[in-house]
Amino acid sequence: MSKELVKKFMEIRVENVIRLKEMKEKGGKIVGYYCTFFPQELALAAGAVPVGLCGTKEEPIAAAEETLPRNLCALIKSSYGFAVTDKCPFFNFSDLIVGETTCDGKKKMFEFMGEFKPVHVMQLPYMKESKAALDLWVEELRRLRSRLESELDVTISDEAIWQAIDVINRESVAAKALCDLNQQEPPALSGMDLLTVIWSRGFNIDKEEIIEMLNELRENLGSGGDVAAGQPRVLITGCPIGLGSEKVVQLVEDVGGTVVALENCTGYKILPLQTDTSFDDPVVALAHKYLQIPCSCMTPNTGRIKLLTSMAADFKADVIIDLTWQACHTYNMESREIAKLAKRIGLPFLQLETDYSASDMENLKVRIEAILEMVEK
Amino acid sequence: MIAVGLDIGSLAAKGILLDGERQFRVIIPTGWSPRKAGEQLLDSLREQAGGAEDIRIVVTGYGRVSYQGADQAVTEISCHARGVVALLPKTDTIVDIGGQDSKVIRLNDAGKVIDFVMNDKCAAGTGRFLEVTANALGIDVDDLAASEDVSQEAAISSMCTVFAESEIIGLLASGVAKGSIIAGLHRSVGKRVAAMVRRLGVGEYIAFTGGVALNRGICRALSEELGRPVQVTDFCQFTGALGAALLAKDLG
Ligand code: SF4
Ligand code: SF4
Repeated sequence: MSKELVKKFMEIRVENVIRLKEMKEKGGKIVGYYCTFFPQELALAAGAVPVGLCGTKEEPIAAAEETLPRNLCALIKSSYGFAVTDKCPFFNFSDLIVGETTCDGKKKMFEFMGEFKPVHVMQLPYMKESKAALDLWVEELRRLRSRLESELDVTISDEAIWQAIDVINRESVAAKALCDLNQQEPPALSGMDLLTVIWSRGFNIDKEEIIEMLNELRENLGSGGDVAAGQPRVLITGCPIGLGSEKVVQLVEDVGGTVVALENCTGYKILPLQTDTSFDDPVVALAHKYLQIPCSCMTPNTGRIKLLTSMAADFKADVIIDLTWQACHTYNMESREIAKLAKRIGLPFLQLETDYSASDMENLKVRIEAILEMVEK
Repeated sequence: MIAVGLDIGSLAAKGILLDGERQFRVIIPTGWSPRKAGEQLLDSLREQAGGAEDIRIVVTGYGRVSYQGADQAVTEISCHARGVVALLPKTDTIVDIGGQDSKVIRLNDAGKVIDFVMNDKCAAGTGRFLEVTANALGIDVDDLAASEDVSQEAAISSMCTVFAESEIIGLLASGVAKGSIIAGLHRSVGKRVAAMVRRLGVGEYIAFTGGVALNRGICRALSEELGRPVQVTDFCQFTGALGAALLAKDLG
C-alpha cells in the first residue's frame, strides 16, 4: 500500500503539467521559483500557483555551458539550461520567475534569464542577526508583493497572506511528521522514497491536496515500511538534491546503507520552521521565518550546526555525508564546520564533492563503502 | 582453512594466500579484464600452494565489483588498514599511492579506520602522473628514483598531469638536466600528498604503501615535507591483498 502511495508522488510532476496547462487556459497564474527562500505564501495570497522549478538534471547542462562558464555549480547550469532551451514546461508556464541573491553564480544567472523571461530578484541579506538585515528583508518582501500585484494584476490583502501562512504552516507540519517517521529503526522510508516524496511535492498545484497525501502516507507507514533493519543509518547534508541529482543517495543505498534523513534544502532544512502568527503584520512575520533558513549563504550559519546536531541524535545517525556540488564555495567551505561537528559527536564523516555526471561513480562508491565499513553494526 | 586476499587495482593485480604459516604471493598486470585478472591470480596461488581446498576469498581494489568469485568484497581503505596494522602495528597514518588514486587513512590505537581522504577525479600525485611524466622524459618509471639529482631540484609548478607534461618538455627544451627535473617531480608529488595528510592531521607513525612507495625519491620528498620518517616495507604493493587475506581468515 505505501509503495503505491509513494508512486502517486512520483507521478505528481507528469500529472501536474496537464493540470497547470488547463489552469493556464482558464487564466490561472503561475509563479516559478528555485530556492527555499522564496516566500510561497505571497504567491498563494495573490491567487497564483507557486511551482518549484527544475535544476536537478544533467541533461540541459551542455546547452547552458554555451553561455555560462563551465566551472559553475551544476544546479545553476541545469536551471539555466532548462530555461534557455525551454525544455521545462513548468518554466514555460510561469508568468513570473522569482530568484534570490543567494550566491554569486545565481545572481548573475538571473540577470541572463531576465533577457528572455520576466524575472524578479530579491536581495537576500547574509547576516541575519542584524536589525538592518531584517529591515532589508521585510522591504524585499514588500517589493515582491507589489511586483506580484502589478505582474498578475491583483491586490494582495493581509487577510489572504494570513490564510496562505496557515496553509504553508500546516504543509510543513505534515511533511516534517512524515520525515520524522524515519527516526525509527528500521526507518519507514528508504532515502530514495523519502527524496521522491519530499522533492515531488513542490510540483503539486494544490496545497490542501498535498497535505492530505502526506498525511495519508504517514498514517499508512505508521506500522512500518519495507526497509531492512540493521543497515548503517546515513544523514545527508549539503547542497540541494532532487530527482536527477540523486546519485549519492542512490549509491549509499546500493552499497548497503540507508539514508534516514536529508538535511538539504529539498529535505528537512526548512520543515521545522513555522511562521509566527502573533505578529501584526504578516509580511514581517514571513520575514522572520525565512531569515531563519540555515543556508550556507548566511554568515555565520550556526543554525545548520544546531539543526544537524539535533537531527543526528533524533534520527540516530551512524554516519554524516556532506554533499558539495563542485564550485559551490559556501557549502564547500562550510564542510569544515560539519567535520568538526561530526568529530564532536563521534560520527564518521565524509564530504563528497561532485557534479551531476556519472564520471566519478566508482570513486564515490569506494568512499561511501569505506565510510559504511567504519560503522560497527 | 585457507585464506586468500585479492587486490585488483587499475594497473596491477596482487594476490596473497595464507595457509597456516605458509604464505604465497603473486602480482600480475591487471590488463583489460579485472575479472580475468582475479581468476588468474587465484589459479597461480593455488598452483604455488600445491592445490587448495576450503578457501575463503576477500577481494578489494577497483576490480572488486566485477570479480564474482569472492566470499566478500571490501574497500581498499579497510583492507589497507588491516594489512598495515599487521606489518607495522604502531602505524596511525597510512599514505597509499596507487595507479589511479592516492589516499590517506588515519587509524586509532586499535588499528581501526577513523578518517580518510582520497583524491577525486584528478590524477595528480598518483602512479599515473608519474608514468606520464616519466614518459615525457623518455625514462622508465622504475628508473626515476635512481636518476634524480637532488642537488639541483627544478621547480615544477603544475600538478595537473597534462600541464606537467608540457612543463617538463619546456624545461628540457631550455636545457635543464633530467636529474633535476626528476627531483622536482618527486618534490611536487611529495608536496601534494603531504597536503592531503595535513588535512587529516599528521600522525606519529606514517606508513607509505602502494606501488609508488617503491620510489625512494618520493619517500624522501614525502618524509621531508612531513618532517617525519615514513615507513616502507618490501611488502608495500601487497598491503591491500594482505589485509584482504586477513579479513578472509576472519570469515572462518
Ligand atoms: S541551499 Fe540555500 S541557496 Fe540553495 S536552494 Fe537552499 S536555501 Fe536556496
Ligand atoms: S548549490 Fe551553492 S553554488 Fe549552487 S546554487 Fe546553491 S548556493 Fe549557489
